[in-house]
Amino acid sequence: MSELSISRGVELRNAELELRHFRVRLGIAMALVVVAFGLLFARFVYLQIFMHEHYHTLAEANRISILPIVPNRGIILDRNGIVLATNYSAYTLEITPTRVDNLEATIDELATLVDITPRDRRRFKKLLEESKRFDSLPIRTRLTDEEIARFAANRYRFPGVDVRARLFREYPQGELFSHVIGHIGRISQKDIDRLEAADTISNYRGTDYIGKTGLEASYEQHLHGTTGVEQVEVDSGGRAVRSLSRTPPVSGSNLVLKLDAKLQEVVYRAFGDRRGALVAIEPGTGGVLAFVSKPGFDPNLFVDGIDPQNWNELNTSPDKPMVNRALAGTYPPGSTFKPFMALAALFWGKRTPSQAISDPGFFNFGGHTFRDDKVGGHGHVDMYKSIVVSCDTYYYQLANDLGIDLIARFMGQLGFGSRTGIDIAGEAEGVLPSPEWKRKRFRRPEQQRWYAGETISIGIGQGYNSYTPLQLAAATATIANDGVMFRPHIVNYVEEVHTRERTLIEPKPARTLDIKPEHLAVVRNAMVGVTREGTGARAFAGARYTHAGKTGTAQVVALKAGEKYVESRVAERYRDHALFIAFAPADKPKIALAVIVENSGFGARAAAPIARQVFDYWLLGKQALTPVKDDDDAPIY
Amino acid sequence: MHPSIRRIGRFVTAHVDQPLLGTTLLLMGMGLVVLYSASNASLVRVTGQLVNMLVALGVMWIFANIPPHYLMRLSLPAYTIGLMLLLAVALFGDIVNGARRWLNIGITRIQPSELMKIAVPLMLAWYFDRYEATLRLKNYAIAAFLLLLPVAFIVRQPDLGTALLIMASGCYVIFLAGLSWRVIAALGLAGAASLPLVWSVLHDYQRQRILTLLDPAQDPLGAGYHTIQSTIALGSGGLAGKGWLSGSQTHLDFIPERTTDFTFAVFSEEFGLIGNAVLLIIFLLIIARGTAISSNAPSLFARLLGGAITLGFFTYAFVNMGMVSGILPVVGVPLPLVSYGGTSLVTICLGFGILMSIQTHRKLVQT
Repeated sequence: MSELSISRGVELRNAELELRHFRVRLGIAMALVVVAFGLLFARFVYLQIFMHEHYHTLAEANRISILPIVPNRGIILDRNGIVLATNYSAYTLEITPTRVDNLEATIDELATLVDITPRDRRRFKKLLEESKRFDSLPIRTRLTDEEIARFAANRYRFPGVDVRARLFREYPQGELFSHVIGHIGRISQKDIDRLEAADTISNYRGTDYIGKTGLEASYEQHLHGTTGVEQVEVDSGGRAVRSLSRTPPVSGSNLVLKLDAKLQEVVYRAFGDRRGALVAIEPGTGGVLAFVSKPGFDPNLFVDGIDPQNWNELNTSPDKPMVNRALAGTYPPGSTFKPFMALAALFWGKRTPSQAISDPGFFNFGGHTFRDDKVGGHGHVDMYKSIVVSCDTYYYQLANDLGIDLIARFMGQLGFGSRTGIDIAGEAEGVLPSPEWKRKRFRRPEQQRWYAGETISIGIGQGYNSYTPLQLAAATATIANDGVMFRPHIVNYVEEVHTRERTLIEPKPARTLDIKPEHLAVVRNAMVGVTREGTGARAFAGARYTHAGKTGTAQVVALKAGEKYVESRVAERYRDHALFIAFAPADKPKIALAVIVENSGFGARAAAPIARQVFDYWLLGKQALTPVKDDDDAPIY
Repeated sequence: MHPSIRRIGRFVTAHVDQPLLGTTLLLMGMGLVVLYSASNASLVRVTGQLVNMLVALGVMWIFANIPPHYLMRLSLPAYTIGLMLLLAVALFGDIVNGARRWLNIGITRIQPSELMKIAVPLMLAWYFDRYEATLRLKNYAIAAFLLLLPVAFIVRQPDLGTALLIMASGCYVIFLAGLSWRVIAALGLAGAASLPLVWSVLHDYQRQRILTLLDPAQDPLGAGYHTIQSTIALGSGGLAGKGWLSGSQTHLDFIPERTTDFTFAVFSEEFGLIGNAVLLIIFLLIIARGTAISSNAPSLFARLLGGAITLGFFTYAFVNMGMVSGILPVVGVPLPLVSYGGTSLVTICLGFGILMSIQTHRKLVQT
């Protein structure tokens, strides 16, 4: 009994001891649990309170992506609202090269679905070489609906290839305005550097194109607009889920030009396939009515990146279609210089209008004979006749009497030899010859000296004289506008798209020449004489408005002493350039122009008829019904 | 009330522990709320999880009604079958995601390692209970062998997360059974010494996970992605959270596996530190209840089993939250009772059923 009770007591004690042991162990475990949860809680406090800002920022960065919204580029219209540059939306097939392993194979594969020409491939390769960023580059533009559908069905096979809707620039007039409107092109590293320097690079986020030449370049900041911003929420795959905020883009402003597309076309057609340039200016404002450089090129080729083949063709063509002749081509003005010389003579008081010479047909200076075109001379020549018949001898003498300094000072006032400040870039300065110019231009001392003999041929627009057609037109417009010279400008006004607010490109009088009205009247009267009874008369026969002009012929190669220029003997490229300056109506000019036709011989025959057609169209509203005959027995001098 | 209804009522509730049931239902409810958000308001998912919960609660009720001494008899067979199934997995198991964890038994695929989460503590508790009077070091060694055998199989699958959890629950049994502190200290030293060896047998992805824990930024789009995004979710949640259904990390798909293993990130982003505190308190309440049940249990078997189940539950919760908050490596452990998925739900509820059984059959044993 007692044994039993003892043994039971031990058993009970053991059980109690065991339970106590267990509870201690469990208590220790619970303590560990509490410590562990305390650790977790501390971690939560650290993350959610102390580091909250940091992680909040990270979550927002995860969540929000800032997307640029590219503004629509402004369109360009002529004075009558004819569209010269516009945008259209098209689907392009684009490859992100960094996401594609084997480009060639991918393009081959794509070619089985959409039409990819060798030209597309070449262009893509060129783009690839030029792009440094992780761009997506177009392999094909203007996909058809069918091609889009076919690609969409096979899209899963082409990671890194996408169809995108993009706005494209289009120049509906093609070649006609290539040298005025210019073109846009893909943004190059040089453009980026320039934009960065101007601190406007952020406004180009998402934009692939920028104006490269012409108005597209010079009015880039108006045309481009302001890039909008959209904050979108993106998921982990980068897909936009919803828009958080949106600052809409501001479309680029439209340009409305002074130019008249129909007039431009008249000029273009009048040139035919000859090379040359014509600039027509509204004398009272400086507004440019026509601006042609022939040949041109199709600016549409540049829009989505020009392919190397076309690029080479344009660059190596002997006709140099990429050169803007009106703006950057410089030519000796030839006899079109004479009215300005006459004005200089009056200005400096070296001649009176009635003061006459007896022209033997040549002028001797320093043992050198300067010939007039007309063998035997023009006889008794006063200022009026000197312009009407284009007497060289009169101007040889005049130039000698004036001296190079007075000539240069006066011609400089008329804008010769300096940029007109027209609103497109790339203007050439030309050469207004002077002793100072020579000193700067040449290195060797004997070349730097001005020889009095060099002044003689300056008088007839030869020698070192070299001006752009634009300068010539501007100077002509200045005579037409009573000596008030306006800065030539192509854009009439910039129009804000939404508000329709117009910012006029104010006609700016560049300078007012200090010329007496009666002196101007003498020269203008003589120029009227040119088109009525003189060298330009034939081209203007029967015109139903008053007109004034001056023909000119500029030597391309210098003739040897005593050599006579015979057109048919000279290779086409070395033939003389034909020039003509004119304005009309003569009493109250609405249009002034300068035209040069390269290697076409006499100005009266090749250039004046073009001016006639321009005036007819501009003043009468239609082209001359009977084109002037191009025959050789016209009175030419 | 009609006596028969009362009888049915008593039959249903007789072996249910109300504090444990209450807190369990609370967690399940929170789980559904989080799941609704994490699944982008998918009612299909929520309904599916609701069905899982009902099944789990059913299992819980059944086990609550099985007296502990019946359970004891199940210990050895359950362990033996489990071990055989693990062997079968090793031989004929299906490979999913590079791991051989599943056994195709015709109707469905089962994951025998899941069974072992209960079977191992059951077996060890039974073993210690059986040799209760004469416990020697030898018995602990045998217990350790009984534990390490299935753990080794599961490590080989490989399924490090489950292996660690089973290892933990087995260790809890051995610890609670009174393994001497000297041995524990010795094992601790030996374990630390063998870490390099352990490292050498780890799979690359397992090593990667551990390395990633040390420096998640090392591989932000690869192995570190989970941790980085989930810590961002937590941190950006702040004190009060972004609000239900408003977590940007959640709804913009930045949190991976957000309905299952990383559901805590969703909860934490949307309910903030306050939500986390509430969650921790509920977990603590459950653990406290389990501890109370275990410490009052009448037999060593019940005490050890109850303690192991309770601490196992804690381990689940701690490992999951530790992993999501970036202080533990990423192992495939769901947040107990909250994460989407039926298997872990059933396992946990089965354990809770056993706890309830221990609690409610206590009086019967005493009388």
